[in-house]
Order: sequence, then structure tokens, then C-alpha cells
Amino acid sequence: MSAYLELLWSFFQIGLFSIGGGYAAMPLIQAQVVDQHGWLSLSEFADIITISQMTPGPVAINSATFVGMRILGLPGAIVATLGCILPSCVIVTALAYFYFRYRNVSVVQGILGGLRPAVVALIASAGLTILMLAVFGGASTGVLDFPLDQIDWIAVVLFGAALILLRKTRLDPILIMGGAGVIAMAAYPLTAHLAG
Amino acid sequence: MERNASFYWTLFRSTFALSAFTVGGGYVIVPLMKKKFVDELGWINEDEMLDIAAIAQSSPGAIAVNASILIGYRLAGLPGALVTILGTILPPLILLSVIAVFYEAFQDNEYFVALMTGMQAGVAAVIVDVVMKMSLGVVKGRDPVAIVTMAAAFVASYFFDVNVILLILICGVVGYLNYLYQKKCAEKKEAAK
Repeated sequence: MSAYLELLWSFFQIGLFSIGGGYAAMPLIQAQVVDQHGWLSLSEFADIITISQMTPGPVAINSATFVGMRILGLPGAIVATLGCILPSCVIVTALAYFYFRYRNVSVVQGILGGLRPAVVALIASAGLTILMLAVFGGASTGVLDFPLDQIDWIAVVLFGAALILLRKTRLDPILIMGGAGVIAMAAYPLTAHLAG
Repeated sequence: MERNASFYWTLFRSTFALSAFTVGGGYVIVPLMKKKFVDELGWINEDEMLDIAAIAQSSPGAIAVNASILIGYRLAGLPGALVTILGTILPPLILLSVIAVFYEAFQDNEYFVALMTGMQAGVAAVIVDVVMKMSLGVVKGRDPVAIVTMAAAFVASYFFDVNVILLILICGVVGYLNYLYQKKCAEKKEAAK
């Protein structure tokens, strides 16, 4: 039982202190999982980050599942994930209550009015980062680094086609994303075999 | 809308699918949620979605989980939040459990890597599409403060990697000051009459 509690408490702290999500959580996860408890080696931890970048879901949830699974099997995965989301559940539900109650107060409206354009900017920034990663396959080292010889033409074509479909049709975006994945599953191995 | 079984099923199915396809984590899920809940289902409006994103970003924990709690709570209170939490955490829970078991095999599988790369290109397209519409909305609003805030926040976040929490705090203060200024202007107008 104590192993489960330890796991729960460990990921509870990760959930509680990782404000901003994503990569903000990485050093915390490393401190708990690698340095403090030795549940994973540093290279295993690096692998989780890589896997998390390629697979759906938040990094914290992904590593909670992975670590829980490795040390205590499926019950461990569930316990670690629960620990990770527990702080969010309590804090965000409270914030939700206050937001939906007081959002029409004019001061709150003023503050939110300043936040909305910033959120659009943050989405744009995240989108560009993903686009650079997709188009250059991680070869780009900075926001102004465009290694044109490393360009991934399949990703460029998929991106262009997906964007046109999104703007010209009413297809479900999830279908378009899944479709891009399936086409890539055929296209990459095919070009690799033709080239090699 | 009526909160019956079919409503909860749509809510669960939508968050499950969004979570299952959100490669990259962090902010990526926000434009996808906007597309689903604002454009497609029309259950929440665009301003609410942006507020939800700001709150999700500034709270502890994963943004995807936080945003889905807010959406679930907005639509159906606590039961709604429970449904969206479940929908959001199940896909990574299932997927990573499988991957943890077949870890070595997945890592070097060319089909798996290709699938993920292709999905990444698709996700990038969805975000660019949403951003184009949203930023056009801000520009069309003709509020100079909003337009400048958007441009400055983008430059700060993308080119200078400024801490996101700090950015949100600053923009909140800007919003508050702008509110005070507008109020003063309105009072002056009132006095002039």
C-alpha cells in the first residue's frame, strides 16, 4: 500500500507545482521520478520526454502513466495519473465556479479583455513552434533558423493539404489530422524504400 | 441544450477524441477545443473559450486537463467536469500503458514514427487555421490596445521565450488599466453633458 501512496503523493506534487503545463512540468517530474525516488534512470526519463512529444496527451499524464505502469503495473498507472490530476480538479473547479459567477462584473471584464488577445498570441506562438517541428523535423535550432536542406517535403504537403481542407470544407478537424497521420504512415516508409 | 445521456455521450466523445489526437501537449489542445465546442457544436462562445484558455494556463497542472474541467463545468457543472476529465485522461492513460509495455519496439518502429509525424503536420494546420480566424477577429475589433497587446505578446512569447505566466499577468494588468482609462473617459463625457 505504501508504494501506491508514495506514487500518489509524488505525482500529486508534480500536478500541484507545474503551473503552465507542458515543459514547465519536466524539471519537476525529473526531480521526483529520477532524483528523489530513482523510479527511472535519466535516459529512461529522456525517452519518456521523446515519447511524450510524439504521442497525444500532456507530458505530466504521460509520464505518470509510464512510471506507474513500470513500477506497479496498471493499478500503479491509474494511481499516478489520479495523483497528477487531483490538484487541478480541486483548484480549477473552484476557479471555474468564481469565473462563471463573476465574469460579468465590469472589472473582471476589463482584465479578461486584456487577456484574450494575449491568448490568441500564445496559440499562434505554440502553432508556429509545432509547424517548425513538423516541417524541419527538429533540425531547426531556433525561431529564426530555417535549415532548408533539412526540409521535410511530405510534412509540407500534408500541412498544405490539411490547411486547404480545413478552410474550404467542413470536414471534422480530427478526421483531417488522423488522415494526415495515415497518409504519412504510407508515404514515409515508401519514400525511404525508394531512396534506399 | 438538454443534459441527457446523449449530451454527456457527445461531451465525452468530443473530449476523448480531442485528447487522443492532440500531439504535442500544452497549448495545442486550445485551438482544437475552440474548433469543436465553439465552431462545430456552438456550446460556448469564442470569448469564453479564450477566458478558459487563460485560466487553464495560469492554474497548476496540465493545460488540457484544466481546460476540459472548465468546459465540462461550464456546460454541466460538476458532473460535466467529471465527464470531460475522464474523456481527457483516458486516451493518454490507455496509450502510454500500451507503450510502456512495448516501449522498445515502438520507439524504432518506422510506421509509428511516420504516423506521429503526419499527425503533427495535421495539428499544425488546424492551429494555423484557428489562429488566422482569431487574430483577424481581434484586428476587426478595431481596439488598438487589443491589437498591440496581441502583437507584443506574440513577439515576447515566440521570439523572446518570455514566461507565459508573466505574460498573462502583464496582459491582465494592461486590461485592468485600460478598463480604468475607459471608465474615466466615460465619466468625463458624462460630466461634459
